[in-house]
Amino acid sequence: MLILLLIGSSLFMGISYRAEQIDNQLGGDLKPGLGQHALKLDAIIVSPDGVGLPKGSGTVLEGERLYKVRCAHCHGQEGRQRGNRLVGGIGSLVTDHPKKTVGSYWPYATTLYDYIANAMPYNEEKSLTSSEVYAATAYLLYLNDILEKEASLDQTNLALVVMPNRNGFIELAQ
Amino acid sequence: MSEFVAGGGLINRRAWVKGAGMGAAASFLVPAAATEDWMTHAGQAQNAYGSPSAFSRIRRERTGGHPFAPAAGSSSTPLQKLNGTITPNSLHFERHHSGIPAIDPARHTLTIYGDVEKPIRFKYEDLLAYPMESHVYFLECSGNSFRNTFSKPADMTAGSLNGLVSSAEWSGVPVHYLLDEAGVKPGAQWVVAQGADAAAMSRSIPLQRIMDSVMVALYQNGEPIRPSQGYPMRLFVPGCEGNISIKWLTNLKVQSTPAYTRDETSKYTDLLKDGSAEMFSLEMEVKSVITSPSGKMTLNRKGVYEISGLSWSGAGAIQSVEVSADGGNTWAQAILQSDPKAYALTRFRIPWRWSGGSAVLQSRAMDVRGNIQPTRDLAIQKYSAAGLYHYNGIQSWKVTSDGRVQNVYV
Repeated sequence: MLILLLIGSSLFMGISYRAEQIDNQLGGDLKPGLGQHALKLDAIIVSPDGVGLPKGSGTVLEGERLYKVRCAHCHGQEGRQRGNRLVGGIGSLVTDHPKKTVGSYWPYATTLYDYIANAMPYNEEKSLTSSEVYAATAYLLYLNDILEKEASLDQTNLALVVMPNRNGFIELAQ
Repeated sequence: MSEFVAGGGLINRRAWVKGAGMGAAASFLVPAAATEDWMTHAGQAQNAYGSPSAFSRIRRERTGGHPFAPAAGSSSTPLQKLNGTITPNSLHFERHHSGIPAIDPARHTLTIYGDVEKPIRFKYEDLLAYPMESHVYFLECSGNSFRNTFSKPADMTAGSLNGLVSSAEWSGVPVHYLLDEAGVKPGAQWVVAQGADAAAMSRSIPLQRIMDSVMVALYQNGEPIRPSQGYPMRLFVPGCEGNISIKWLTNLKVQSTPAYTRDETSKYTDLLKDGSAEMFSLEMEVKSVITSPSGKMTLNRKGVYEISGLSWSGAGAIQSVEVSADGGNTWAQAILQSDPKAYALTRFRIPWRWSGGSAVLQSRAMDVRGNIQPTRDLAIQKYSAAGLYHYNGIQSWKVTSDGRVQNVYV
């Protein structure tokens, strides 16, 4: 009788516990639930559809002025510093010496905004305003013959820029 | 039972451990036992934090940085100086994109937002309250062994060539507990992870993989993870290229598409000969490397040596490792140490008699999914000549007749 009771209760517990495990969830009253509602979301993560871009705007000419002061010492005049090149290389990807630059390789212009805003200039990261980042992005796209010299970029038009190597990638299913 | 199991002097291990091959080794001169200082005086008193013997000075190799960004660089595990399968924390390989931040955990948070019911934020100590798991996993930089894609073989050690792989026991909180708490919305398929370092290292990872196997790691070999490995917390994505295990993890953004960050477009994509490039090649390949004898070592006697090395695969556990001592003409099964585990390093060993001639030592791993480590020619075949990532060709070590060991292509 006792044995039967034990088997019965363990069966019952087993079934209910396993159902929760399949869902990869903790039992209701066992959840620590310590995550605080996050109201201020200030991280910058930008997607190719423009989601994540902040307000602001910048022109090619503003970007040129900024670049000379904040970027050129590492990336060289007009982005052509050997070993740290940002410009040129179109047509080189099939050669033995491919030059993977913003113009020849990067598939999305939004990635430029994301990367400059988060990770540039080296050792002064996250010091640029959003308008400065748009300006730097515009200038680099101008140097790569993707934008006209009169162009200006902002939250609404950056995602519309079509990069030369947009279709150069094969996405593996991982 | 014949002593040899394949050409070039590979020996049946059972013959060796019975003592059949020990003659040459036993003839070594052993110094007469003396009464040393350490036998007659008390040693150093106990202390609060340990360090290796002063007689054992093992250091990481290739600790270089980018010419324009010195804190963006890597350092390699000296594989040939270690044994077993666990990498000591001080010798785990490093790769940073803008140096090692000195993060105060009291001022660090992890935020989950994007396509979730409720964006939530955790403090470091909050995470300590969640159920944890512990797993021994390898971590390999996708650029490991890149020098072997160069046209001429680099004369370097196993660690300098192949040491962007390490192994540790990682403990932490499965990410699905945290995502469940935020409430993932239907349609979400990717999670973008971002670090709190100056480079804000960011990668997109398929949601399914995150739910299945990814943790927020808090401990490495039992102690809080080192700053160079992401203190106070890092993502750990087993079997996958190291950089997606985002260190100093501070944001997880749930969304329907990848973000196509700089480090999954401009970098860490694999350029093919035709100019197109593979993207999201996350899993690391089946691979092995003989760590002893290996590059830059010198064999100073003829006789029996133990060939030993490491094997691993991003597809699961190692099934078997074969070793050749004659440049790939004949192969013998190596002994695998303990039960090979998924996404962990497996050590292999096989005894070998060096008769003093030149020899080429190679190892070839196979994983449980039947993937077999390719030759160098096959491994580089489809990639651009400038390809750097995901190289897993067979490593060949030539032993010259004067006992020097060097990297060669065969």
